[in-house]
Amino acid sequence: MQIIQPHYHAIARTAQDYERMSMSGVVAVCEPAFWAGFDRRHPETFIDYFAQISEFEPTRAAEFGIRHFCWVAVNPKEAENVELTNEVLKQMPEFLDKPNCLGVGETGLHKSTPNEIAALEAHVEMAMKHDQLVLIHTPHLSDKAHGTKTVLEVLSGMDVNPDKIWIDHVEEETIEWVLDAGYWAGMTLYPVTKCSPRRAVDILEKYPTERLLVNSSADWGPSDPFTLQECIVEYRRRGHAVQEAVEIFHNNPCRFLGQNPKWDIKPIRITEE
Amino acid sequence: MLSPKQTLDTYFLEARRDLLEVAALLDRYDESVSREGHNAKDESKLESLREAMQLLAKPDHTKSNRAEQLLTHFAKIN
Repeated sequence: MQIIQPHYHAIARTAQDYERMSMSGVVAVCEPAFWAGFDRRHPETFIDYFAQISEFEPTRAAEFGIRHFCWVAVNPKEAENVELTNEVLKQMPEFLDKPNCLGVGETGLHKSTPNEIAALEAHVEMAMKHDQLVLIHTPHLSDKAHGTKTVLEVLSGMDVNPDKIWIDHVEEETIEWVLDAGYWAGMTLYPVTKCSPRRAVDILEKYPTERLLVNSSADWGPSDPFTLQECIVEYRRRGHAVQEAVEIFHNNPCRFLGQNPKWDIKPIRITEE
Repeated sequence: MLSPKQTLDTYFLEARRDLLEVAALLDRYDESVSREGHNAKDESKLESLREAMQLLAKPDHTKSNRAEQLLTHFAKIN
């Protein structure tokens, strides 16, 4: 089965992960800009990072037959540094023009501070001005519900197109808010701290799936790119047809990401001879 | 050996995950009952899980042998 990994931090992972993902049917990964595990001090460090994910990483993925796309942003944790954020924002448009860049992300909230909120607004404004897609991170664990509500409040006060906005890391307590507001909702599957493959399938069975995306994220922390495949196995084990799985794990990413013309992978339909 | 604080800090998130999986299983069962319009003929496994949770919720376990008690409890289920 062909699979798209819509949220994947490839620079934190090994070539072996690419190889195994390719063997498991992954045809494309999308890499949002994220926190490196420490707070970067210089805008130039971000610029080099954006160059890495927009120029070098596609070549690494291509060795395994995987298409690589990226997003650029100052992540919420580092958005607390206002001067750094503003300087990076000034230089972001040149990366939005890169052939594999799909939009602005992951912006969003971590502790929902005033500086984070201002940075989120600035990122979304830039995305709308440049007709870009937006990928929004919502906080982890005990901050999730408050942070997700705050993201939705911020967006409700802005002139945005919900079709172009993906709010990520939803779980049982936040998914309805996101879907009811008309946005795309992403479930990130982590071994411990986010949604699990089984719980994700419960959510897929409970809610309309037209605006749902599933991803592993997979970064430098405790994570696993194959939680996505675990989810697919669980989904199929419960009796859902291959085409239903293709709709969720391949075609939905194509439909959302395909709003950017740089995304040229089309939805597929399995037919019998 | 870990201190009391280290014990909680080290294992809280994994326990949280595991409890969420149990909660999700119970929700999944309710959803399937609602969808199909009937309970499982034999709900002894469900009842066993509920009894296990009651056992864990008791505040005093002077022997610190909850795992042993659960294994004995679950051994009644085929």
